[in-house]
Amino acid sequence: MNLALTDEQELVVSMVRRFVREEIVPLEAGLDPDADELPAEDFARLKAKVQAMGLYGLDIPPEYGGPELDLPTRTLIAIEMAQHRAGLYAPCYGVFGGAGLAQLFEANEDQQRRYLEPMLRGEKRGFFGLTEPSGGSDPARAIRTRAVRDGDDWIINGSKIFISGADRAHFGLVFARTDAGKGRGGVTCFIVDTDTPGFHVRRIVHTLRAARYATELQFENMRVPDANILGKLNGGFAIANDRLSRQRIPYAAGCIGVAILAHEMAVEYAPQRETFGAPLSSRQAIQWMLVDNEIDIESARWLTLAAAERAERGADFRKQAAMAKLVATEGASRVVDRCMQIFGGYGVTKDFPFERWYREMRIRRIGEGPSEVQRHIIARDILGASLR
Amino acid sequence: MAIRSTRPWRPIDPESLAALPGQLGVFELADASGQVIYIGRADARTLFGLRGEVAARAASIPGACSFRLEVTTAYHTRHLELLMAFRADHGRLPTHNPPSPELGRLSPGPSGLAS
Ligand SMILES: Cc1cc2nc3c(=O)[nH]c(=O)nc-3n(C[C@H](O)[C@H](O)[C@H](O)COP(=O)(O)OP(=O)(O)OC[C@H]3O[C@@H](n4cnc5c(N)ncnc54)[C@H](O)[C@@H]3O)c2cc1C
Repeated sequence: MNLALTDEQELVVSMVRRFVREEIVPLEAGLDPDADELPAEDFARLKAKVQAMGLYGLDIPPEYGGPELDLPTRTLIAIEMAQHRAGLYAPCYGVFGGAGLAQLFEANEDQQRRYLEPMLRGEKRGFFGLTEPSGGSDPARAIRTRAVRDGDDWIINGSKIFISGADRAHFGLVFARTDAGKGRGGVTCFIVDTDTPGFHVRRIVHTLRAARYATELQFENMRVPDANILGKLNGGFAIANDRLSRQRIPYAAGCIGVAILAHEMAVEYAPQRETFGAPLSSRQAIQWMLVDNEIDIESARWLTLAAAERAERGADFRKQAAMAKLVATEGASRVVDRCMQIFGGYGVTKDFPFERWYREMRIRRIGEGPSEVQRHIIARDILGASLR
Repeated sequence: MAIRSTRPWRPIDPESLAALPGQLGVFELADASGQVIYIGRADARTLFGLRGEVAARAASIPGACSFRLEVTTAYHTRHLELLMAFRADHGRLPTHNPPSPELGRLSPGPSGLAS
């Protein structure tokens, strides 16, 4: 077992770190502290740089034109990409491109041509519509949105809440109940064009997070062709579950990146700030905060890389991804909180990034399966799948 | 929360402007006929929040006669929401807002009340 980074990993990590610190961080000084986009000319310039570095479209499989990088390396890069003010929800403001909705790689040829390919070219954007007002932790039971067959089409009625980016999307994945008697085996995933009559974005759901805000959707007799079912009829839950497990690894990585930068700032600040005639760093109370930061970061980092390594070699990684998500989101929340404390009043101003990280990090313990759901997944793994 | 602003309109005059808060938030400017001609926000880069921003925009936008505002730390998303709701109602943005090709689409319904 070798825990050291390879030469290639060292190289790529230091290249991305330099890019973030020299290109992204300086630009943020001129942006609103809640910004999630760069001015168009900066975006185009930086995207071209990333393309020249050979890192554009990081999560796109090589057969679709993405770079040949394994998941542990992409995880290391994701940790670096988050190390700036907007890094948690808008890592590098999107200039590294992305794979968008990864489920579409499972789509049939016709769907790939209509949705996946334009998405990878950056021409179409998608949303992921699972959560409903009736609940997100246990979507298999909570989904009330119904799809009823009508000839070659399906008529969908219902609503979704907390759906990120639906107001700017060209299409989305909508999970709807197609068999009322079947629980998790009665949910189907539909690819829905957002210009379909009956598709409504009713409002922005204002949360602690300004970047990539959430929306509330309503479907009124929305007609969707049978050809737009992703995967199998009544097989939607497997699609949702697979995405949620995979997504937990980069989700954890983003939290770790922010925690690393917050900690670095506190380590730099503590020796400079004097109180009662001595630097903060000379006080054991402060030293122990920094020690606990270090432990939270390292433990999250190793768990996340271990989950990535298992996923990369095709081993079951559900439990590891749940542990990584849990430890990274909870640990990084503590790190940001401690760093804010070390910075005192400055820590809570909008002059520093801590307040944004503090708000956004709070969402990380709820999004992509809250902490309790992660513990439930781990318990099920320990005690057996019959645990409900 | 109402999607379209329901706050009272106030005249653009020195007393009203001087009484404005220094907090962050969103605002609308209207012309003499009551038509909204600009939707703006006071973000965290502003020195004096809404007080400075409303005054500056009122001075630079011809025809602005009245304003209304909402104090909110969610100025970023609320600003986008007001712009989207205006476009849903009028098919265009207010005359003095620049084009915004990346703005999302909203169909808030007639009551405009969030559920
Ligand atoms: C900003 C934001 C963006 C989002 N974006 C999206 C998106 O793009 N697409 C999408 O589909 N969803 C999205 N979500 C929804 C998110 O995934 C859900 O909020 C999350 O799954 C929790 O569901 P819920 O809010 O309905 O909480 P509930 O399911 O009602 O749970 C409430 C609380 O109870 C806890 N709980 C639940 N079950 C148990 C149990 N058995 N034992 C103990 N505690 C339990 C939960 O952990 C939670 O803390 C987003 C949410 C937010 C806040």
